[in-house]
Amino acid sequence: MDFPKELRYSKEHEWAKIEGSIVTVGITDYAQDSLGDVVYVELPSEGSTVTKEETFGVVESVKAVSDLYSPVSGKVIEVNDALVDSPEVINDDPYGDAWMIKVEIISPAEIEELLAADEYKQFVEEEK
Amino acid sequence: MELKKTPLNQIHKDLGARMVPFAGWEMPVQYTGVIDEHTTVRAKVGLFDVSHMGEIFIAGQKALDAVQMLTTNDASKLTDGQVQYTLLCYHNGGIVDDVTLYRFNAQRFMLCVNASNTEKDFEWIKSNAGNIAKVENLSEEFAQIAIQGPLSANCLQDLCKDVDLSSIGYYHFKTGLIEGMDAVISRTGYTGEDGFEIYIPPEMALPVWNKILDLGKPYGIKPIGLGARDTLRLEMGYLLYGNELSKDTTPLEAGLERFIDLKKNDFIGKKSLEYQIKTGIKKRLIGFEMIEHGIGRSNNRILAGDKCIGNVTSGTMSPSLGRPIGMGYVESDFSNAGREIGVEIRNRIVKGRIVKKRFYPGGSTCK
Repeated sequence: MDFPKELRYSKEHEWAKIEGSIVTVGITDYAQDSLGDVVYVELPSEGSTVTKEETFGVVESVKAVSDLYSPVSGKVIEVNDALVDSPEVINDDPYGDAWMIKVEIISPAEIEELLAADEYKQFVEEEK
Repeated sequence: MELKKTPLNQIHKDLGARMVPFAGWEMPVQYTGVIDEHTTVRAKVGLFDVSHMGEIFIAGQKALDAVQMLTTNDASKLTDGQVQYTLLCYHNGGIVDDVTLYRFNAQRFMLCVNASNTEKDFEWIKSNAGNIAKVENLSEEFAQIAIQGPLSANCLQDLCKDVDLSSIGYYHFKTGLIEGMDAVISRTGYTGEDGFEIYIPPEMALPVWNKILDLGKPYGIKPIGLGARDTLRLEMGYLLYGNELSKDTTPLEAGLERFIDLKKNDFIGKKSLEYQIKTGIKKRLIGFEMIEHGIGRSNNRILAGDKCIGNVTSGTMSPSLGRPIGMGYVESDFSNAGREIGVEIRNRIVKGRIVKKRFYPGGSTCK
């Protein structure tokens, strides 16, 4: 199970990569492993807004449906539409090619509330 | 309530399975992944622990009469060593359970029943036939292992030394020895592929499981969880009690006419089914595929235009076909194949189409 040091994490199992005011969002290795084979993904459209701890999309495995929760609030400036046709990438490369959206954030303070890699790792181990 | 465990519980965990509660049992839902397991069964062979299923025996001079009175299909057609898919109905035509019926001889039958229904079925059978036949719930005395896929016989034959598997036809069974113990070897399954379901004493489950995995290694055998069991059955249009079947649906609504024999003598539910034929079947089980992007799931509403015409009972992404499929009940007037429907998924109407329930055209069952 991978927990890249340079990322921040939410308790809903999304990761956030912070580059200035732009935050890239995806789901964690633990999340994709728990889901199993991802066969469907629904993402917001470019230009829409997302709110911290509210749903911004859906992933579905063969058996189950899971909401995606945004770790930050802001405007969606880019969407990884390729995932819609190749949702299996979420299992193969959750921190890389399976990034989901890029958000221009409105409140840098929200980032401080996210977990660091070791904190998230501990959280996951307690949840197991 | 504490979950029941099959004799194979620990080996599932050792094999890395993800365990889930199912029908009161702790069962493996997947090992390597649903899609990988699914395609393994379609292309090669897979091994399933189905020890949670129940085995109820009906015995005695009047065993056949008891079975005929309890079930919708004509059990008098069965010969020794034959299996039949059949239904237990309530007096109002609602379904108690869908079962496979095994005839050992005219005085001894076995019903293999759904795990979630074992106790209910046993009580129902006892209260309706206990006065004319000996009814026993022997579920604790059997472990059941299914081996499914086109290469099944190759993996199992060495284990059944006194039974030539090629001599067992589809929906037939033989008794024989497996590892020196009495076993029932049945050419049946729930996947659409050739395969066997074997009934063995619980203490033999682990050695037999391990032996089959060992014998199957050259053929690419893998253990298969409930996740793939569900996608495999759904692709074939096989029904699942609790999803497509319940006390609130009749076999006619479920499209199971060919498993009902209204010409045989009275059976429980017959009058209600006849009445339903006379007055009209108001809802029907349909298959559907999605036209637009989305997966219809259980309980999603089905629409024709703006009108709600029914609900989804099962839905998934079909691993073999690579597109979403499902089943559901709709008002009969709207149940024709080819009709465009809407499936309400998260407050959005997604376009789909009614199709025949047999979604997957392949399958290696020897019919």
